[in-house]
Amino acid sequence: MNIETTPLLSVQSLGKDYGGKIGCTDVSFDLWPGEVLGIVGESGSGKTTLLNCLSAQFEPSRGKVVYDTRVDGPRNIFDMSESERRLLMRTDWGLVRQNPRDGLRLGVSAGANVGERLMAIGARNYGEIRGVASEWLEKVEIDTNRIDDRPTTFSGGMQQRLQIARNLVTNPRLMFMDEPTGGLDVSVQARLLDLLRGLVTRLGLSAIVVTHDLAVARLLAHRLMVMKDGRVVEQGLTDQVLDDPQHAYTQLLVSSILQP
Amino acid sequence: MYVAVKGGEKAIENAHSLLAEERRGDTSIPELTISQIKTQMTLAVDRVMTEGSLYDRDLAALAIKQARGDLVEAIFLLRAFRTTLPRFATSEPIDTGAMHVRRRISATFKDLPGGQVLGPTFDYTHRLLDFSLMDDGNETEAQQDLSFEPGEALPRVSKILNHEGLIQQEHPDADDAAVPDLTREPLDFPAGRAVRLQNLARGDEGFLLALGYSSQRGYGNNHPFAGEIRMGEVEVEIVPEDLGFAVVIGEMTVTECEQVNQFKGSAVEPPQFTRGYGLAFGHSERKAMAMALVDRSLRSAELGEEVENPAQDEEFVLYHSDNVEASGFVQHLKLPHYVDFQGELEMVRNLRAEQQQMNHKKAGE
Amino acid sequence: MSQAQTQSLEGYNFAYLDEQTKRMIRRAILKAVAIPGYQVPFGSREMPLPYGWGTGGIQVTAGVIGASDTLKVIDQGADDTTNAVSIRRFFARTTGVSTTERTEDASIIQTRHRIPERALSEGQILVYQVPIPEALRWLEPRETETRKMHALEEYGVMHVKLYEDIARFGRIATSYDYPVVVNDRYLMRPSPIPKFDNPKMDNMPALQLFGAGREKRIYAIPPYTKVKSLDFDDHPFEIQKWDDCCALCGAKDSYLDEVVMDDEGGRMFVCSDTDYCEDRRVEGHIGPMGTPQAAE
Repeated sequence: MNIETTPLLSVQSLGKDYGGKIGCTDVSFDLWPGEVLGIVGESGSGKTTLLNCLSAQFEPSRGKVVYDTRVDGPRNIFDMSESERRLLMRTDWGLVRQNPRDGLRLGVSAGANVGERLMAIGARNYGEIRGVASEWLEKVEIDTNRIDDRPTTFSGGMQQRLQIARNLVTNPRLMFMDEPTGGLDVSVQARLLDLLRGLVTRLGLSAIVVTHDLAVARLLAHRLMVMKDGRVVEQGLTDQVLDDPQHAYTQLLVSSILQP
Repeated sequence: MYVAVKGGEKAIENAHSLLAEERRGDTSIPELTISQIKTQMTLAVDRVMTEGSLYDRDLAALAIKQARGDLVEAIFLLRAFRTTLPRFATSEPIDTGAMHVRRRISATFKDLPGGQVLGPTFDYTHRLLDFSLMDDGNETEAQQDLSFEPGEALPRVSKILNHEGLIQQEHPDADDAAVPDLTREPLDFPAGRAVRLQNLARGDEGFLLALGYSSQRGYGNNHPFAGEIRMGEVEVEIVPEDLGFAVVIGEMTVTECEQVNQFKGSAVEPPQFTRGYGLAFGHSERKAMAMALVDRSLRSAELGEEVENPAQDEEFVLYHSDNVEASGFVQHLKLPHYVDFQGELEMVRNLRAEQQQMNHKKAGE
Repeated sequence: MSQAQTQSLEGYNFAYLDEQTKRMIRRAILKAVAIPGYQVPFGSREMPLPYGWGTGGIQVTAGVIGASDTLKVIDQGADDTTNAVSIRRFFARTTGVSTTERTEDASIIQTRHRIPERALSEGQILVYQVPIPEALRWLEPRETETRKMHALEEYGVMHVKLYEDIARFGRIATSYDYPVVVNDRYLMRPSPIPKFDNPKMDNMPALQLFGAGREKRIYAIPPYTKVKSLDFDDHPFEIQKWDDCCALCGAKDSYLDEVVMDDEGGRMFVCSDTDYCEDRRVEGHIGPMGTPQAAE
């Protein structure tokens, strides 16, 4: 039962242009605590541009992204100072990149990777930091004996799970994920998706997941937004959109899923 | 019995005397004169002036003599001297278009107004040691006056390409914005083109040569052409406040290189050629050409190209191009570091002891 | 030990640099003192000594030195090491000020890699020679990024390095140039002084100035400022200890140099701070290998 009256994230008429071209435009939606929104489309649809604007990697050309901060209530993240935004990104938000090597420090141990956010916000007890890191490694199903190993010695799936742990250690309320299972073997993907689903439910996380893979969307997302040429062509409950697509493009996408 | 060693002051004095002796060498051999260095080792003098950032042939020759031929040491001497000089004016930009040209070539056109003037170049010599130079006094008088007098002004290649709008225009930053002075203010990033060019102009020739070479070999997409290389004399002008018009205060020899590179164009720009620019004191072609290659590489970011290679990395290139800084820091390793080394010794000894203890414990279990 | 010399360098300004440049350096110093631990960029000049050999310290000293000052210059804690001699001669030639080897008699002390053992007092200035001023440099080579990290106080990555040391070696493995936080705000590198000297910086009555010539940065710790070495609560900061004492004066509380006696591992330890050692011997302290010394 949702007693919240304020959405966790409220996006209003967001748009981003590159040179003369549209990256994405006219995007509006609300995201509630505990909700997972999937953004699907093919390459060039603008979904990655949209994610980058939502997660404050880029500044949009127009529109607002209003986040319900813990302390000050709803605020447009682009009205914040860079310092406030960067703090938000390191504590209340998480960003899981498609290639885990882009989201990890490859030169330091798994434990240091997971503990970094804690140290960034002032944790000063080595034993405690190590303990928390160990707990999280367990939660993402990485053998805790590998806490001192470098990520370069991990498989792709393990690196991705490490990236997730690194982001979750500060108990963020909102996660952004860019093709979280991209590049992984199918069985590894399945395991990762299970893990993500479990975490999202247990931790009450909200998430925005960009993916071109409708199967991933169906497994993870409560709601879907379908993008084409920078615009949202359809949105709604995941099952509805996938089982009864209204827009011609969505119909094309759905019918293109290879059946085993 | 241990006695703390003293006498550093005396040791230094003795070292200086020994150095002076070595510099002079065998006193039965005539001493090198400044005019000999100035007139017969002109390219060494040119390099010292360029990287020393000071145009004065006598002082550069003196620095070379004092430095016993070590050009990087000579450059250091000149820079240190430059620090102390008062500044009374900033010159107008030199007009290389009005150069009294002694050499001018272009690889982009077979022929062009003014022609290809080879001038005094090593380019087509066969690198065979000329043993006739081993003995003095074998020079013969010049047969004819071979110096070049241009019949008409030599138009720039870039101007020729410009007629069709084929080459990207150089736009100076906002009209009256003061040009930053790298010798007065610390380097800041992102550095503008003006600061980059200053840094490269006084940068180490070897370093720029290697970077330019790397850009040609695929560590950077350059496809360069030597649009024009010209060498000769230009006038230096200042505008004294009380006169309000330009006055010529002297002339200097410079070498200028404009490289022409291809550019594919973007959504808003049609395809055009882009430039790399190099400028050096005296007759310094290798330097000017290397500088032009690196200049173009460093423009990758502003031209929307992928920045992937060292020659395109602004911080990497500009921070490491100064051989006075580089030489100082590399050679500072000769200074005593025994206090810190003592700390490291203690650390390593302790770590090893701890590890041994652990191993003993494990063995005992 | 003090000597006054008449200015002997023809054609050069007092302390070599022109007045404009000195003013520029002082402006940078004032800014640095106003923001303890913050690196202020300055237009470092080419000096007659090479970059990397103390030009930053020399420019800072040249900026603050006056005719009535007394200057001490040390390197590795000793007045007689070659570069200390060279720098002291430079100032003697270009300023004519008195020089000394006694810490308590100096108004300005320029140092490389040590803080004197004897506590400094108000009114003294300690000038450090700094090779690499940026504390985050090894973790982040880009200047544009490190500047942002300082501005936003994003120092978590520094603790990551310490964590990693403990995970790998069981202890923090940095023995010199040990990072500190100044005035509870800026992360700073104290220059390659051994960590043994770090506690001396905290709440020091003297003014501490840091000059990096090649990297073109000046920073400062005003008198009586808090300086804390980075550590973890359960792995607190520790200074070096020796089993031996100084062989000449018997000191157990000073930083000791290791002197190799033979090629069979024979060693002895001697105070790195030569002035401190001499004072102790004059006062009558004798170490296991020292000889009684007549007072000077």
